[in-house]
Formats: sequence, C-alpha cells, structure tokens
Amino acid sequence: MSQKQPNRLEQGGRLARGQALRFSFDGKTYYGYQGDTLASALLANGVKLVGRSFKYHRPRGIYSAGPEEPNALMQLRTGAQTEPNTRATVIELFDGLEATSQNRWPSLRFDWRAINQTFSALLPAGFYYKTFMWPKKFWMFYEHQIRRAAGLGKAPLHKDPDHYAYEYAHCEVLVVGAGPAGLSAALAAARSGKRVVLADERSELGGSALWENKLIDNLHASEWVDQTIATLRGYPNVRLLPRSTVTGVYDHGLVTVAERVTDHLRQSPAHTPRQRLLHLRCERVILASGSIERPLVFADNDKPGVMLASALRTYINQYAVLPGREIVIFTNNDDAYRSALDAKRAGAQTVTLIDTRRTVDAELVNRLRSAGIEYFGYSYITAVHGQTVQAISVLGRDGTGAQKIACDLLGNSGGWSPTVHLYSQAGGKLRFDDKLTAFVPDSLLPTLMTVGAANGEYTLAGALAQGALAGDQACASDANVPQGALLYHAPHAEPETNFALEPLWQISKVASQGKRFVDIQDDVTVEDIELAHRENFRSVEHLKRYTTLGMGTDQGKTSNVNGLALMAALREQPIASVGTTTFRPPYTPVALGLFGGADTGKHHTPVRRTALHGWHVAQGAPMTTVGHWLRPKTYLRPNETYEAAWRRENLTVRQAVGLVDVGTLGKIDIQGPDALEFIQRIYCNNFANLAVGKLRYGLMLREDGIVMDDGTVARLGEHHYLVSTTTANAGKVQSYLELMLQVAWPELRCHAVSVTEQFAQFALAGPRARETLAALLPHCDVTDSALPHLAVLHTQIEGIELIIYRMSYSGECAYELAIGADYGEDLWLRLLECGQAFGIAVYGTEAMGVLRIEKGHVAGNELDGRTTPADLGLGKLVRKNGGFVGAALANRSGLTDTRRASLVGLIPVDGTAKIRAGSQLVATEIEARAPGVVAKQGFVSSSTPSEFLGHSIALAFLDNGASRLGQEVIAASPLSNEFVRVRVVSPVFVDPDNRRLKGGQS
Amino acid sequence: MQLFNCPFCGPRDQSEFTYVREVAPVPALDASQATWQAYVYDRDNPRGPHREWWHHNHGCRQILELVRDTLTHEVSSIQAARGTRATK
Repeated sequence: MSQKQPNRLEQGGRLARGQALRFSFDGKTYYGYQGDTLASALLANGVKLVGRSFKYHRPRGIYSAGPEEPNALMQLRTGAQTEPNTRATVIELFDGLEATSQNRWPSLRFDWRAINQTFSALLPAGFYYKTFMWPKKFWMFYEHQIRRAAGLGKAPLHKDPDHYAYEYAHCEVLVVGAGPAGLSAALAAARSGKRVVLADERSELGGSALWENKLIDNLHASEWVDQTIATLRGYPNVRLLPRSTVTGVYDHGLVTVAERVTDHLRQSPAHTPRQRLLHLRCERVILASGSIERPLVFADNDKPGVMLASALRTYINQYAVLPGREIVIFTNNDDAYRSALDAKRAGAQTVTLIDTRRTVDAELVNRLRSAGIEYFGYSYITAVHGQTVQAISVLGRDGTGAQKIACDLLGNSGGWSPTVHLYSQAGGKLRFDDKLTAFVPDSLLPTLMTVGAANGEYTLAGALAQGALAGDQACASDANVPQGALLYHAPHAEPETNFALEPLWQISKVASQGKRFVDIQDDVTVEDIELAHRENFRSVEHLKRYTTLGMGTDQGKTSNVNGLALMAALREQPIASVGTTTFRPPYTPVALGLFGGADTGKHHTPVRRTALHGWHVAQGAPMTTVGHWLRPKTYLRPNETYEAAWRRENLTVRQAVGLVDVGTLGKIDIQGPDALEFIQRIYCNNFANLAVGKLRYGLMLREDGIVMDDGTVARLGEHHYLVSTTTANAGKVQSYLELMLQVAWPELRCHAVSVTEQFAQFALAGPRARETLAALLPHCDVTDSALPHLAVLHTQIEGIELIIYRMSYSGECAYELAIGADYGEDLWLRLLECGQAFGIAVYGTEAMGVLRIEKGHVAGNELDGRTTPADLGLGKLVRKNGGFVGAALANRSGLTDTRRASLVGLIPVDGTAKIRAGSQLVATEIEARAPGVVAKQGFVSSSTPSEFLGHSIALAFLDNGASRLGQEVIAASPLSNEFVRVRVVSPVFVDPDNRRLKGGQS
Repeated sequence: MQLFNCPFCGPRDQSEFTYVREVAPVPALDASQATWQAYVYDRDNPRGPHREWWHHNHGCRQILELVRDTLTHEVSSIQAARGTRATK
C-alpha cells in the first residue's frame, strides 16, 4: 500500500520523518509521522469529512488545531479501551492507532439522520422542552427515541482495563502553559532555586512558538524553544510536565493536573498508569495559558474545509501539512494575515484574503500583494458552495463586486479570546476590553498571575516580558532567594503592537443564505439565539441552558464570546453588561477513571478485620460489611444451605451454646476522677449507683433528644469505665465524646480513648455457656452467685489478662470475653475445644440478628435517628431530673406525644406467612390495596423467621403501639404484592421474664 | 480541597478534618429548652468570616476553632478549641 501523504509538505514541521506510522480511520489505512496529531495526519492524507454534527447531522471537518476542537471528535481505540469523543486535534499519532467517526448511521458519507436538516425549522432551540412535555404518559416512548438519537460517541461496554494513579506534590511556582510567556516565566523562576513545575497540555512544550514564524533572541522561535527546554532541564529544581492539562484551580493553592502518561502509546508498559492525576499544592501560579481564536459567523460556516485561520498556519508550520491548494482567508483582524502569508509561502496555488474592515494598515496589504495574494477589503463571504468547500461567494459591503472564488480551504478569524478559565476558577473577575474585543482578567489575585495572551498581551515581545517579570515576582517574596538571582532579562523579540481588530459579530441574514452557526459542536445558530431572546431567556446562563450554546465537550471555547456578543446586541446592551457564564473545572474533558485513581475495586474503601478474621475466612464463611468491618454471616457445614446454616446456629444458641465474634463493637476506655460525672452527662440513664465490677445497659441521646446509640457501661475501677458502642456508631460516638470533653466540659478530669482494636472480644451464649466457661477457667468461680448477670470478672488465663462481662444480647445466659487482640484466636480455639462436650457451635451475624429480634433488642434498624427512648420502650430508663445531653429537647411536645409510633412485636395471624421488613402497617387490606394515599399506622423495622419459635416474627413501630397488644393490622408490601394479617404482641418473643438470661430454663 | 494549618500537626489537607458546627457556647445541661433549641437549630450562616469547629479526626483528634471566610475560604485564624470556648 502506498504511504503517500498528498497534503504533506516536503520540508519543515516538527516531525520525525524517518519511520511512517500506520493508522486507520473508519477502517481505511493511512500513514503519518511521529509528531503528528490524528488531525494533522488526516489532513496530510486529504481527509476532509471526519464527523457528523450533534443535532442536524451535518458533515463536518477538522476545525482547529488544539483542545478547543468542536468538530473532530473521534471514537478512539476498540474493545474495552475504546474512548468516545476524543479530539483528533490533541490525539498524538501512534503506530496502530484506530479511530472511527461518530454520530452517523449507516456511514459517514451517507447519514440517515441528516434528514434532521430538512426539518430543522421544526427543531428550534428548546425543541425538546416544548415537544415532549405532553401527553405525560408518552414520555417513556419519547425518552427511548431521544436516548437513541442523543450523544455522540459510544461508551465502552467492558470494564476499563487501564489503571490510573494519583500523585500528591508541592511546588513554589506552577507555570501553566509552555508557550513563549510560560517558558520565559519558568526560566526566570528557575534561577531562584525554588521548586518550579511547568505544565502544558500538548505533547511538545513550546505553544505558539512551535508554529509562528518569528524570532526570539535571534533564533527561529522553534529553535529557541529547543534551547530553552534544554536549559530548563539543567535545573534540578524544575519539573517539566508535557501532556499535562491543568484542569482545575481549587482552594488554598491546590491545582489538579491530568497527566496523560501513556495515551500516546499503543499499549501501556507494565506497571505504568494510563493517566495520573496530580494534586499539586503551589504557592504561586503563573497562568500563561494563551488564547483561542474565535470564528466569524456567516452562512454555512461549518462545512468541511472551513477552519480557524490560526489552525491553518499551525498545520503548515508545525505539522508540514498544507490542507488545501486554493485557500481563502476571511478575517476582521490583522492576525489572520500571517496565515495567508504562510499559506502562500508553503506553496498554495492561490491565496485570497477577504477583510470585513474598511480601514486596514496599508503596509499589511502591500505585503499581501507583493506575495501574490489577492485581497478584498470591506467585503464579506455570502455563501460557501459544495458539501465540502469548493467555492465561496464574496460581496463588497457596499453591495457591489459580487464574485465567486474557487477554493478548497477557508480559514477564518473573528479575533482571539484569552484562555481565562483557570483565572476565573480561582475567583478572578473578568473585564470586557473593547479595544481587544475580549474578556480579560480585571484584577490581581494574591497568588495567581496571568501573563501573555491569557492576559490580553498578544505580542511576542510583550508575552516574553510579562512572563519574565511574573517569574521574578513569584520568587521575590522569599527571603531565601539569593540577591542577584532575580531581575532576569526577558528573551528578546521584535517589539510590535497588539493586532488591530474591528468586530463584526455576524454576516447578516439579508446578505447570506444558509445556517449561520455560532456553536458548531451543539448546532446552535444565530436564529436560535434570537429565538431564546424573543422567548425571554435573556440571562447568559439561561441562554446556555435553553439553546445549549457553550455546552458539550468543548464548553464553547470557540463559540461563547460570539454568542454573548449576539445576545448583547439583541438586548441593546454592551457586551460587558451581559457577562459570561461560569467557568467550572475541568478545563477540558477528563476520563472518569482518572478521578477514581487507584481507589477502585478492593481499594475503594479500607477494610477492617477482627482478630479472628483469618479463622473466619479459613472456615469459608461468607462475609458481610458493617461499616468498614468484615464480619462472617454464617458458617456453612458440608451440604448445608445458607438458610439452613443460620437456622441451625439460632437453635444451637437456644439449646446448647454458641460462640460469636463481637470484636467489631466500639470499645471506649474512660478514666479519670470525673469519669462518672462525664458518663452521667452523656448517657440518659443512671450510673451513679453502678458498683465496681458491674455493668449496665447505656442509652445515649443526641442534643435534640433522639436516641444516638446504645451499648454497655462497665465499671472496671473506681475511676475506670469501659463503654461499648454499636459497631456502626463507634467512630461517631468517639468523636462526639472528644468534642464534649474538649469544648463543652474542658473542666472534667477524664479521658476517653478508643480501644476497639486492642481487644478481641466474643460472646459465649446459651444454656450451656456457663459450663463451657467453667471448663476454660477451672481456677475461677463462674457460678451464678460469683458471676451473676451484669457482673464483670477480671482474671487471667496463663498469665494473660482476661475480662469477662456477663451480659446478653441473645437473651441466653451469656458472657463476653475480652482479651488482647493478639491472643484472640488462641482463646477462641480453646473455647471451641472446651465447648465441644456441650455441643458448641460458632454463629454469625445472621443468627445474631435472629436472636436479638427474638429477645426484642433494638439495633440499627430501630435506632434510625427518629426514635426516642419511649418509642423504643425504654422510657423508664431515662433520668427524670435531667442533667444529660438531650434532656432539654427531649421534652418537646412532639417527642413526648403518647400517640407516637412505638416498638411492638408482630406475628402472622395464620402462623405461617412471612412478614417483610419495610412493610407498611395499615388497618385493612382493602385500604392497603386502594390507590392513592393510605392512612399508614407504622412500619416493620426488623423481621425474621424464628426456627426456635416456629414462625415468623417482626419488630415494628406502630402508632400508640404499647396500648394495642392483641389487635390485628395488615403488614402491606405492595411492591412485592404481600399483604399479611399480623397480630400485635410484646416485642420480647423469647423469655419475657428473663429466666434463661439468669441461667435458668424458661 | 482546603489546607488547614493545624496548630499541632502543621498544614494538612481538609480531607483529614471533619466539620463540626459553627462556634457557639454549649448550653449548660440544665439550660432552658429555648436555649438548647437555639443552640441546635439556629445558625447564622454568614457570607464572610465564620467561626467554626473542625475535628482533626485523621490527625491529632483535637477540635480546632477556625475563623474561615465562607466566600473566599480564607482561614484567618486557627487554634485549639480547648480553652478558647465561648463563655456562657
């Protein structure tokens, strides 16, 4: 196959021409060089049509040479690595690159939805809002059709095989943009010895110096770039970051930089992330982000073959591509004259320049004419002919001199807009400069300086000088910078004045027929903006949402200022008073994977493991997460189903003895002379009479009187308490205790320290628990008289300290054993051995949940942030004389109303039905099935089948529940079509008189 | 991501801290319902400097009192809340 690139110039450009790179676009093979972008390589091969537009499916070509590209969006790569909407203008060419066009069916040349153009009168701004609102029930149909037609590229269907990374770094000076201003700033700052980072979104540092035919320090600009980069590399304090887009400026000097580490390679090397998100803290930011050219608004200004004038000279000078033979330049300013001259110099057969202005510097026109360029002053383009550009019609603005000019490429320029996105993100205010016809930074920010074209300084000499000054200033505040290091002299360039421009925001409809696009990516025309204005969408933010002007992947980088100017004209106000829409991060699109970084899959959240974790895993127990903890759900025996396993465990605890790992419970050690006073203030029940060696249930309220958490308080010594919290609330309670001790009651002499991880803790529960414990500790008296319910025993096992709390969550005679975490597994195995004779089995969270519901103990489902102690049936515990957090607000009438829903038990009337947790409680089934609003009386909070009782049981909150025992209601779950008649009973299903708890048999 | 200069740990990322609430005298436990009501529910929410408590829960676990501008996020002072409690 021929490797010929018909539009490639024989010489020039910053390319490695040694080896041609093979790539494909829409299945066809082409060749380009190292140093090409996908866009420059396509242009070198004469490819004009690269995509279809978003709404009208009009054919589109490559429009720019940078990140502002509105048209040339590509589906890059294939399979799991495919990426939609990538901009061909910034994709570096690599051997084997595969790209396809988007938003066309069945093919790019023939696209079925291009029929939208024919009906475009029916598709004005706000079309969707107006059309698909009614009839309401049709939305499901509309939505399906809209979703099919919407969007551009296709999201990958497979898991992203690449990986991403974060890096956290610091520097004194960040220079954003490595054009002449940025390089000059970096050179100046580097001399101070401060840490300098120079980031540029392009693969090659140099910015406009890579494609402007100018001299710096008597070198061609691109040679000066090479020399400067070499100089900067010699500084150990300078870090150069090509392929790195500064995407956002955040608080306190934080800047995010998206570094494309291996996107330019066919495959990432092993152990290398595809992209890296740098979180950079900088003392100073020098913003040298340049400027973006904006188009002129005229009929059919979107056809393939139309591009920005500066893009044309970029392709010629940096990429050695002459994308046309007969070239027309259409401009309202001096800058585009360079493009005409460069095109002629590069060998274009004909070059024509059409200027909308009456008055132009005669010297400029002379230069054109002597180069053989045809010139039309005070004229504009009235028509663009051909599907791709084949000719244009030009007309004098005085109505004379109509002429048709054959051409295959049309460069246009409406002026330049400083790239002020990051300045605005940092909080900077913009000012509309009438002379520059652009929004420029208005104020000085304390830590961010804008230089060069981003600051409205378009001359090369000015940009170099501003950069050097900013680089000096960024370091000048530091006393450690040696004298003489500063006062750096800017690199020299020929002094000029900023180019002249005379705004012309649109070529009127009278003069030209055809669609005049303002936002090419979103297919927004002058007519759409006029319509929005007529319909009173007059704020720029409304204009954006209604017309979609400035949305999409380019966020209006080329279109916003034109749109605002048109809006201002319609409102008959200056552009300054219309203002801009808000600039938000990211500056350019960022792959979602980058935000995730390495925090995906098992690295998404940290995991907490109990001291017994390894043992649980070795048993093959399925695990569940509780907060960050992993806990075993049940322990399956061979040939046992999941449900059979926890039902068996449930029975074992009730009939023999079970052992469960409760190491996840929060454990807080409170010590000090004022420990009791502190505990009295944070718990609503009384501990004043709790003796050393005893423990008690504790209930903690929030400041608003709602229950925050429950647990136990054990008094280990005169001034020493150990309190437990629920697993889920451990962190919250610890933080709350610290807040109160440090801020509310700093006079209290006590400390509260988390010891959750220091102890392994398990509960031994069941009628044969005491025998098991006695077997473990033959030297200890563990009889009921020596270790009664709610007593604490301090002892040792083989010299290791062991604390035994006699307390019960299951309702059985039970002990919780706490030992130093490292000894946990050993103690656990000994208990299993000791319990073997008594039928011991381990149990998990499933059986634990069944046991606590059977006993009517509340858990997270009941402590849901809405319940008071009285709602939970615990009202009698609360101290009547107050003196604890929550006391004052707990007395509010809404919280003391006796009609509030309170905790009840439910059993199915038929004895067999299951009660679904989350069911609503209503009076009758007819009511439950009725459409519309139903008078709900409560809801089911927890539910389980009980193997021990032989039927389902549930805990629920029911209006005025305590007085309704024996009544029947319906537990309705309309989503699952379940309507279960249930009887209201006491929430304590098992052992209501606590005989089992105290060691007897009920 | 803000940067808070913890008096105990030095400058640290905001992600190490948890916002607690605006600074207000914690009412006495026997204070009236109205006093507690105001403490829990009434917030000034100013545009500008704001006294607030942050918990350095992934650091020294101290409660810090900041004066932070809600508009610019500039932190004009930061110190341990302990001992600087607003008096009743």
